Amino acid sequence: MKEKINKIDENILNEVSNIENIEKGAYNIRKNGEGIERKITENVNIVTKTDKPGIDIYVKENTKFEYIHIPVIITESGLKDLVYNDFYIGKNANVIIVAGCGIHNDHHKDSQHDGIHRFFLEEGARVKYYEKHYGEGSGDGQKILNPVTEVYLKPGSSMEMESNQIKGVDSTIRETKGILEKDTNFIVTEKIMTHGKQFAKTIFDVQLNGENSSTHVTSRSVATDDSEQFFESKIYGNAKSFAHSECDAIIKDNAKVTATPEITANNVDANLIHEAAIGKIAGEQLIKLMTLGLSEKEAEEEIIKGFLR
Amino acid sequence: MLLELKNICFEREGRKILDDINLDIDVGKFIAITGPNGSGKSTLVKIIMGIEKPDSGKVIFNGKDITGLSIDERAKLGISFAFQQPVKFKGITVYDLLKISAQKNITKKEACEVLSKVGLCAKEYVDREVNGSLSGGELKRIEIATVALRGAKLTIFDEPEAGIDLWSFKNLIDVFENMSQIIKGTTIIISHQERILNIADEIVLMKSGKIETIGTSKEIMEKNFTKIECCKIERMEYERKNK
Repeated sequence: MKEKINKIDENILNEVSNIENIEKGAYNIRKNGEGIERKITENVNIVTKTDKPGIDIYVKENTKFEYIHIPVIITESGLKDLVYNDFYIGKNANVIIVAGCGIHNDHHKDSQHDGIHRFFLEEGARVKYYEKHYGEGSGDGQKILNPVTEVYLKPGSSMEMESNQIKGVDSTIRETKGILEKDTNFIVTEKIMTHGKQFAKTIFDVQLNGENSSTHVTSRSVATDDSEQFFESKIYGNAKSFAHSECDAIIKDNAKVTATPEITANNVDANLIHEAAIGKIAGEQLIKLMTLGLSEKEAEEEIIKGFLR
Repeated sequence: MLLELKNICFEREGRKILDDINLDIDVGKFIAITGPNGSGKSTLVKIIMGIEKPDSGKVIFNGKDITGLSIDERAKLGISFAFQQPVKFKGITVYDLLKISAQKNITKKEACEVLSKVGLCAKEYVDREVNGSLSGGELKRIEIATVALRGAKLTIFDEPEAGIDLWSFKNLIDVFENMSQIIKGTTIIISHQERILNIADEIVLMKSGKIETIGTSKEIMEKNFTKIECCKIERMEYERKNK
């Protein structure tokens, strides 16, 4: 796998997923709009789509604890990459999927990757999905990432999704949709940090259609400098269901954060909770850490590091 | 002298919160500050730590004028402070906080040893976040562990009994009675509690922003007990004993 991967690629791969881990299971590495490396296993098949860019990933029934990595590297300034990846997870399969995207842009043209990921979980399937976004490079060209994630959960299945965007992405609109059937669970944890003039928008839309379906959406974000963040969450309790969504943001400098939570109960047995908090770092937290010997700047870094962990 | 407060004044909204306070504290002493609510106790200890700045007067620590120093500079010189209401942090674990307190990379085993000393079953706590899921009593104990790890020359406790239930406090007070095992150096503790006042070398009684008197536990308790706010049970015990 090393032949087509140069130093910059390696750095990006390490930021979005660990190279050693990639080799443990099935993988498909996409660079500048093309698949460059692929490995399939006995339980995981990866097939290139014929009608549009992207891949279909098939996981066999009862697969236990396999890794699937689908990292994307963009190093070509000015490239707009659009990709459709569909995951078909067989009955009672249990897999970990890592889909990182890293952009290296040393030039002045914008680089963009829009990944449309759909997950179809059969009965009893379980997926842990990690998505990490990262941008680097010295150019003034924007690094833009607009991921769409759609999750369809059949009875008894569950999905845990963790997305991280800590560094270097100039603009992102992130849409996550979930359609939940009976006895399903969808957990989403999102961590975002923006600086400079960056822009980040998150849209959640979860439909709790089946009895005993539940969701827990957590967003933790830090907005600094002149950056701007929007958090939109819509959760619909259409059956006896449970939802908890929480949006927690730390704001600094001239940054702006808007949170618009929306919970709709269409069934008398829907139990929906939303919590939202936006504020600067509490003065008492800084003071406490300063009494332990940290400078104000060190204290702030410690607080943010913990908050986004 | 470890700490010298010279002519400390602090006024807010036209009210003299501290009115010309002078106080010397010797090395190795366990000093309790007591007095009614609003007498200026908390403000005084915050001025020692640098959390509040006096309008006038000087704070001398170990012979050095520290009046103009920041909180962290004072911490580095050897002053430590346990908050009345321990601060909560999202995402920061007990272990993280103890590592910051120790200012070195302590092992989990070392962190657990300190937690055990303040009466927490260490394994259950070391990886928990220092957030609202912990009770008031648990947060107090973690707070004490953070100051214990500082190994400071001067450790200040701002009313450790505040905000916790009586049962938790009765357990917590045992920790203070064995304080010499946990905290080395000089201790200043704001308290209304008889059991804490009893173990102090000296008691400073404050009233309306002034030091009314300084004396041993016996002297102060006999003369001024009615001036000291105690929780109801302790007052009842006192009355029963003196019938």
